[in-house]
Amino acid sequence: MSSSGAGAGSTDSTAARRNTKRPKYSKFTQQELPACKPILTPRAVISAFLLVSVVFVPVGVASLLASRKAVEIVYRYDSECIPKNVKNKVAYIQSSADKACSITLNVTKRMKSPIYIYYQLDNFYQNHRRYVKSRSDEQLRERSEENSTSTCKPEDMVNGKAIVPCGLIAWSLFNDTYSFSVNNRNLAVNKKGISWKSDRDHKFGKDVFPKNFQNSSIIGGASLNESIPLRDQEDLIVWMRTAALPTFRKLYGKIEEDLNEGQLINVTLKNNYNTYSFNGKKKLVLSTTTWLGGKNDFLGIAYLTVGGLCFFLALSFTVVYFVKPRQLGDPSYLSWNRNPGGH
Amino acid sequence: MGRGRRFKKLYLSKIYTFTCGKKSLFNDEHSQIGSVGFSRVVLVNEPADKFENSSENNNNNNYADNVVCSTKYTVANFLPKSLFEQFRRVANFFFLVTGVLSFTKLAPYTAVSAILPLIVVITATMVKEGIEDMRRKKQDIEVNNRMVEMLKGSGTFERTEWKNLKVGNIVKVEKDEFFPADLLLLSSSYEDAVCYVETMNLDGETNLKLKQGLEITSSLHEYDFSDFKAYIKCEDPNANLYSFVGSMEFKEQVHALSPQQLLLRDSKLRNTDYIFGAVIFTGHDTKVIQNSISPPSKRSKIERKMDKVIYVLFFILFLMSFVGSVFFGITTKEDLKNNVMKRWYLRPDDSTIFFDPKRAPAAAFFHCLTALMLYSFFIPISLYVSIEVVKVLQSIFINQDINMYHEETDKPAHAVTSNLNEELGQVHTILSDKTGTLTCNSMEFIKCSIAGVAYGRGVTEVEKAMNRRNGLEFDDIMNSPDRKAPIKGFNFTDERIMDGNWVNEPHANVIRNFFRLLAICHTAIPEVDEDTGKVSYEAESPDEAAFVIAAKEVGFEFYKRTQTSLSIFELDPVSQQKVKRTYTLLNVLEFNSTRKRMSVIVKDEKGRILLLCKGADSVMFERLANNGREFEENTLEHVHEYADAGLRTLILAFRELDEQGYKEFDAKFTEAKNSISEERETMIEEVSDNIERNMVLLGATAIEDKLQHGVPNCIDKLSQAGIKIWVLTGDKMETAINIGLLREGMKQIIVHLDTPEIRSLEKGGDKTAISRASRDSIKHQLSQGAEQLTAASGTSEQAFALIIDGKSLTYALEDDMKNSFLDLATSCASIICCRVSPKQKALVTRLVKFRTGKTTLGIGDGANDVGMLQEADIGIGISGVEGMQAVMSSDVAIAQFCYLERLLLVHGHWCYRRISSMICYFFYKNITFGFTLFLFEVHASFSGEPAYNDWFLSLYNVFFSSLPVIALGVFDQDVSARYCLRFPMLYREGVENILFSWRPIISWMVNGFISSIIIFFFCSKAMEIQAFDKGGRTAGRDILGATMYTCVVWVVNLQMALAISYFTLIQHVLIWGSIVIWYVFLLAYGAMASSFSGNAYQVFAETLASTPSYWLLVFFVVITTLVPYFTFSALQMRFFPMYHEIVQWLRHKGKTNDPEFCAMVRQSSLRPTTVGSTARRAAKTNSLSLRGSTTDHR
Repeated sequence: MSSSGAGAGSTDSTAARRNTKRPKYSKFTQQELPACKPILTPRAVISAFLLVSVVFVPVGVASLLASRKAVEIVYRYDSECIPKNVKNKVAYIQSSADKACSITLNVTKRMKSPIYIYYQLDNFYQNHRRYVKSRSDEQLRERSEENSTSTCKPEDMVNGKAIVPCGLIAWSLFNDTYSFSVNNRNLAVNKKGISWKSDRDHKFGKDVFPKNFQNSSIIGGASLNESIPLRDQEDLIVWMRTAALPTFRKLYGKIEEDLNEGQLINVTLKNNYNTYSFNGKKKLVLSTTTWLGGKNDFLGIAYLTVGGLCFFLALSFTVVYFVKPRQLGDPSYLSWNRNPGGH
Repeated sequence: MGRGRRFKKLYLSKIYTFTCGKKSLFNDEHSQIGSVGFSRVVLVNEPADKFENSSENNNNNNYADNVVCSTKYTVANFLPKSLFEQFRRVANFFFLVTGVLSFTKLAPYTAVSAILPLIVVITATMVKEGIEDMRRKKQDIEVNNRMVEMLKGSGTFERTEWKNLKVGNIVKVEKDEFFPADLLLLSSSYEDAVCYVETMNLDGETNLKLKQGLEITSSLHEYDFSDFKAYIKCEDPNANLYSFVGSMEFKEQVHALSPQQLLLRDSKLRNTDYIFGAVIFTGHDTKVIQNSISPPSKRSKIERKMDKVIYVLFFILFLMSFVGSVFFGITTKEDLKNNVMKRWYLRPDDSTIFFDPKRAPAAAFFHCLTALMLYSFFIPISLYVSIEVVKVLQSIFINQDINMYHEETDKPAHAVTSNLNEELGQVHTILSDKTGTLTCNSMEFIKCSIAGVAYGRGVTEVEKAMNRRNGLEFDDIMNSPDRKAPIKGFNFTDERIMDGNWVNEPHANVIRNFFRLLAICHTAIPEVDEDTGKVSYEAESPDEAAFVIAAKEVGFEFYKRTQTSLSIFELDPVSQQKVKRTYTLLNVLEFNSTRKRMSVIVKDEKGRILLLCKGADSVMFERLANNGREFEENTLEHVHEYADAGLRTLILAFRELDEQGYKEFDAKFTEAKNSISEERETMIEEVSDNIERNMVLLGATAIEDKLQHGVPNCIDKLSQAGIKIWVLTGDKMETAINIGLLREGMKQIIVHLDTPEIRSLEKGGDKTAISRASRDSIKHQLSQGAEQLTAASGTSEQAFALIIDGKSLTYALEDDMKNSFLDLATSCASIICCRVSPKQKALVTRLVKFRTGKTTLGIGDGANDVGMLQEADIGIGISGVEGMQAVMSSDVAIAQFCYLERLLLVHGHWCYRRISSMICYFFYKNITFGFTLFLFEVHASFSGEPAYNDWFLSLYNVFFSSLPVIALGVFDQDVSARYCLRFPMLYREGVENILFSWRPIISWMVNGFISSIIIFFFCSKAMEIQAFDKGGRTAGRDILGATMYTCVVWVVNLQMALAISYFTLIQHVLIWGSIVIWYVFLLAYGAMASSFSGNAYQVFAETLASTPSYWLLVFFVVITTLVPYFTFSALQMRFFPMYHEIVQWLRHKGKTNDPEFCAMVRQSSLRPTTVGSTARRAAKTNSLSLRGSTTDHR
């Protein structure tokens, strides 16, 4: 501090001299702003770890409980729904034969309405760049943009006419269908409200109707009813919101009826969708939800693990600090003392 | 002073025996005038504009004007040139390429979102460049607009700006003004057209140089110039300061011109009221500007290393892209086998080249380009611009530091270039100029030893520093209230001598002779103020002035000099009256560096002939008469004491000559003086040598080469911080040695060429023989020095000082010797190079820089330091004095040397810390972000689809993560300034580059990878397939992307919060603000039309905000991601604390006032410091205790 030749005492004379280049004093310019300077004291470290574990463990327990509360029935049907004698599954699935198939699901635990029906695909890259880009949002939204299909190649035009909805995503629309019955009583499947509202309201036009869809040489997936506007084609809307990962579930519909434990559900499904070319699995999922969503223990377990880990760390730090307190300012750890040669 | 009075009848040129102007003027070079290289023609006093039509004589017009311009850009070339500079950076070029590519179909995102950040970044950098150049322009304007008196057409001198000067103009320069251009001296206020020039700015020499105009012009006065016409032919502009060849045609006669008549720009007129000169070279033609090389663009070590790290990142980037492309190529190829489509939903049968299984290699190649674009987020695009912004802000803080503001000169610190701030925190070696930098270039008479008795109770700066460190409240006499107003050059107090009390001293006679000698033996000129009767002196060197002033203050007032006599008032011991005495000046035997003494021979009023001599102790003691050695022992002891205290000593002695002896001498001396042979000087020397013998010792003087305020303290702090200090000075060896860098007990290794053999060879004049002998001698001396060192290394930590002079340095810097020289130098504690030329300064700097590979800092104040400042990694200019050259070519300008302490230890340390943690953090945040993209690619069959929305991607570096990191770079402090100064060891962190070595860099990168993996893994696992909310809908790409992105934003900002140790309101606002901005952006962007926001449409408002799992997941991921780092730093704090952490700890514990703890922390080094007052004190106590212990044993 010896260099402070010009101390604060000379501020008065500064006022007198106008043209001085003397820097103005402020806590900001002198970098002396009041500041909190936290350092990792033993107490801070231990309390931080403890705090984390105290918060994490209950949250983990709650999440786990929520996840456990959700009931889920998963049934893989892709191999089962191919007749045993079929050698070439791909050829079979591409044929026009009736691919109806019947399976039975066992309700292991009481499921409260609404019960959500999902189809789960595996090894299906909805996040592939070619696939994701192959759509025309303008066309989906507005009737006047029907012909803006440049981004949809190769599913943009058929016989010189624009396809609505164009692009690979729409073209490959999932087309297995399910119908459910319990004790020979059909369960109603509600397909309304399975998509996000913003999609219906702003992304899919109410006056845009499917045109020339699935008319090209290769048929992809489902066809659409040309008399229903896109905003009401919720299967399409759900499908068009592409999944992030190659294994994904998409909402198929809702069963608005409780199912009791032990009930058997007969599912009649049409196994139309070709996942066989790329060895994808198909699963049918019935699930209830809780405040946390569907059944997934992962978050709860993760919370508990990290909470436990932090508790363990807190403990070990406590032990270390108390058993072997290090002398303050012990210089022998400093880097320039560790290798005295390297200067 | 400066009253325009002429020194009537005083021909200064006559006082000098050796050095004065008129040497043989015509030589070979003059024959070259008019030929190539010597073609300049100057028409004096015929300004070009008068002759616009007469092309023949209109040469003046062709020469450069006197405007100096140091800017990098002009308005016209700013855009292309600065753009070019920008894209020379690899990273920027990369982004330019990806930006261009993003307009093609390859792009994984929209072109605008890719190109916009680049534009922002480039524009910001260019704006900054522009502002800096504007500042340079301003400085140029200041110099160009300085005023000088110029002869106008009307025949009168009027003030005008420097820039208006043209070749051929006649100007009048007044005392203490700088010459505006290279001038031809025509006449001066002295009759014989003599003037004194201070060339410190050019060559660093402090003594004044005498210049003399031609006799033919010497009588010209102010009103004679209107019809003065002359025709000058001379050499073309060149950089050689010491040569000038030309001729002047005046009154139909041709006169030869020599350097003696040339006054160089940026040197200063001293001791002369005014001169008239004709402008010969202007502006960029002047020798000083020709000498200055264009400022090299310096880049800091950190930035150079950063480039390397960026290359590493590039490598990772290319590797990732390559690996991705290989996988992509394979999967694409497999999509279509024998016309059977595998992933039929991609329609591989009808594909573009980018996805065509039939042309898989091509697809893979193009994919590689896409991937490069996608993963380009690995490279922090905003890093460069952020660093530039941060550095500018840091510079503002440096400029604003009130503790580096110098009240007297009204100069704050000024960071001229901002891109070296962090380098200030890594300085390993300081190369310092002495005069004007360490010292204030003023000499003070402080002590003397007369007749074996020491007088003088003044305290030197060095002693003060030591006392301060000792904690003694030293009640020094300087602070006593009854002290008289300080007299410049005189800092002597001793009541035994002052106020005429000396007559009561035992050896009053000797004392009288002593001060009489001081009053007579010199070449100063008195100037009597007619109103007050006060006398002031014009002396060639400040030492000399100090002597005359000292004599005057004691009562021997020198007041008049004529051609042949000196008059002094002196106190008569008997009558107690002031009596006037006149001494007839018979001869002056000049000072020079080989003689190391000066004498005058005078005849006093009684007719006694006295030889009065003062000189260095090395030559004086051997010249004493046997009966004149009465006080030798005591004097010698005092002289050693003074030298240890850092004072410059001279021995005073006199001799009475008899008439006969003098006559013999005079005859020989006159003969020698008048001889014109080459031997002239040797002859004079020999004659002088013979007479300066058998003298009687009077005593010794001690002059303090006044160190600048706080210098010893500052040097002490700097050496505690582990910084090595070299002093490179143009001054002589004697004056260079004692400046507080040395301490008692320090062994000096002196390398010089002042040996008898060399001298005798020099007389022979055989140049090759001289150089061979010199080389051998230097080699021998160097190896001897090394031996001394190795011999001492085993015993104790003996500190060595290396002292080398410029001549020896020439040889030591040669290729075969420079390594051994440097090895020797680096193992010495302090190094002093004396009499070094500006070029040698630069060479030494370069040698140190390249050989050690460490950061060097050059500090200097004059134009002679420019080379050094530019060569060093950082150049610091001292702006306290008027010269601008050093400041203009420096990187940081400070007013006083002592501010260096604060500049390095506080600002340097902070800036280093800030920049290095900022860069590390930048790598961290971009890896965290970029690697999540890659991990997503792994799950998207490497197709190149980004996980995030386009605008999320492009705004990441601009909005959501850049501001806190800038705050880190500008504001973060590990410890406050007070502790930086209290624990200089902190600085070692920068010198050792602990914070930006590969270890922390890689740790941060690894931390980035870990964070990224944790974020991706947990997000994708938690959101995997099941219902995302109570409504049963599952999470798509949009939701996963937004969630992951939220986590990234939170994590990088909280990581920042964990990493910084200084939280002001600003940090809080910026860190939390960045997170808030992300949410605000998400809302605003989501509310835009879906055609613009794409899959981010309403993603927050509709889906995320209302979903508990989103919040729980973000909370979990963010905390979990921070746990590894937190644990790591807790462990480090506990087991391997860094020095700043120890200090923080100390502060936290409130132990900073506990001296025991402080000492422990401060001594946290196993290596002791060897330089500075602390070491000096330690050595003293050591030797004391040693002495004590030995007595105990007896």
